[in-house]
Amino acid sequence: MIDRLFGGGFATLFYKELLRFWKVSFQTVAAPVLTAMLYLLIFSHVLEERVQVYGTLAYTAFLVPGLVMMSILQNAFSNSSSSLIQSKVTGNIIFVLLPPISYREFYAAYVLAAIVRSVMVGVGVLAVTTFFTALHFAHPLWILTFALIGGGVMGSLGVVAGIWADKFDQLAAFQNFLIMPLTFLSGVFYSIHSLPAFWQGVSHFNPVFYMIDGFRYGFFGVSDVSPWHSFAVAFFSLLVLAALTLNFLRRGYKLRG
Amino acid sequence: MTPAIRIHQVAKRYGALQALAGIDLEVVQGEFFGLLGPNGAGKTTLISSLAGLVRPDSGSLEVMGFDVQRDYRDARQNLGVVPQEIVFDPFFSVRETLKFQSGYFGIRNNDAWIDEILANLDLTAKANANMRALSGGMKRRVMVAQALVHRPPVIVLDEPTAGVDVELRQTLWAFIRRLNQDGHTIVLTTHYLEEAESLCSRIAMLKAGRVVALDSTANLLKTQASHALRFRLAEGDVLPPDLQAKATQSGGLWVLPFVDYSEIGVLVDALSAAGCKLMDLEIGKPDLEDVFLDVMRERAA
Ligand SMILES: Nc1ncnc2c1ncn2[C@@H]1O[C@H](COP(=O)(O)OP(=O)(O)O)[C@@H](O)[C@H]1O
Ligand SMILES: [Mg+2]
Repeated sequence: MIDRLFGGGFATLFYKELLRFWKVSFQTVAAPVLTAMLYLLIFSHVLEERVQVYGTLAYTAFLVPGLVMMSILQNAFSNSSSSLIQSKVTGNIIFVLLPPISYREFYAAYVLAAIVRSVMVGVGVLAVTTFFTALHFAHPLWILTFALIGGGVMGSLGVVAGIWADKFDQLAAFQNFLIMPLTFLSGVFYSIHSLPAFWQGVSHFNPVFYMIDGFRYGFFGVSDVSPWHSFAVAFFSLLVLAALTLNFLRRGYKLRG
Repeated sequence: MTPAIRIHQVAKRYGALQALAGIDLEVVQGEFFGLLGPNGAGKTTLISSLAGLVRPDSGSLEVMGFDVQRDYRDARQNLGVVPQEIVFDPFFSVRETLKFQSGYFGIRNNDAWIDEILANLDLTAKANANMRALSGGMKRRVMVAQALVHRPPVIVLDEPTAGVDVELRQTLWAFIRRLNQDGHTIVLTTHYLEEAESLCSRIAMLKAGRVVALDSTANLLKTQASHALRFRLAEGDVLPPDLQAKATQSGGLWVLPFVDYSEIGVLVDALSAAGCKLMDLEIGKPDLEDVFLDVMRERAA
């Protein structure tokens, strides 16, 4: 398998990263799908009768794309960051630092694997939610675009966090104080139009808001801001993070003393 | 011929600590080279610099003529490193580990070579065992195997036998010797000086980030330490002053160095002429341990 599919250093590293989460897919794919389903059960039960969004949209239907995107973002971050911190703490990162793998290949392998896992989780969540609500896909291309960009942004951020953190609790802090607030305060559970003006303003500085809003547009064809606007912000975030991460890797920050 | 390893003026500082203080070293292709020095001398830092794991503050390093920074792909393709610390990926089996390592070096279909390495390191029976299930010695063997998957012409082993059983040491050295005979250049660091003495044709000794001795093993044994007469004196006997100046004594045991066996007669005659009765007379051969201690003491002074 390994031999037939992949030759160079990049391909092997990418494949290894895929296998790493796939071998424990119960924790890395099934568990996040279950978590998202629990959110859906609880929130839709509590709010379905009371909340309507964009005029006529039922709350459960509104919630699904947000939950899918949240799962994508969190799992992308989790995949690259936990893989790197584990390799660093156990010391086996040395085995990918010794071979002739460029820093670009290194980056691509970790981020692409993060995207693959996040999309698998996303598809899993979508599949499960079909039991709760009928889904429609107004603009599938936008759905895919935002899923990939979101996975790429958080996969990159995971690489940065995994390289920066020396210990697991530093990584947990990164997750709790940056990733969680960014994703929760981004309109996963509500349309930001329902927020007070101040918080609406704040949300507009959160790049994750645009990823979720654009992703949701792909389903309903309605959103808080225009999908092109969201695309521009999301894509710009991706570029900035990719540049930052590649710069870390090129300098060997914390990896090559 | 291009040197297997060329190290030019390499310096590395960690805060206030000068880990490497301007190292110059060349290792010839096909050599079995020993890198010795006490803990903290900078051996691992030097090896890490060669492997691109550490970036020196100044100086340059080449593997088979390839600069480890500028031509890092070729340099790394030509280098196999067995790291000092035992590390492994608990997700994978021995064979998977070796297949991945081959893949990182861009090698597909490496099974025949992997099987050969496994056989030579007595790992065949463990090929499908998970890395977690292996003993420390077994993990060390896998690390040696990992360093060899891409058949590197230059192989560097950083204390490969530290804390490892006698059996592995012998298996390992037989294999490494054969690789050396097949033309691979070997660089070795070890704390077992007798190991270095019997394996290495040339040796560099490091202390506090400097090369303090560099010569063939034979020359080091010849020049640095000498043979010695060891003996005790009977009650009341004293050495004649000219011999006393050459000799050292601790706990009643005298050590009188000499260079050539022809001197033995002269020394013994001089002692008996002075009326000394010798007890427990032994002739000590120099070994690398003496050389090492000599060199390290000298540089401390
Ligand atoms: N990453 C590091 N940070 C700070 N000091 C280091 C680091 N790596 C090595 N050193 C120091 O550099 C010196 C040389 O270490 P090392 O190369 O491991 O020596 P050796 O391998 O000869 O025992 C030691 O004093 C060690 O503590
Ligand atoms: Mg060391």
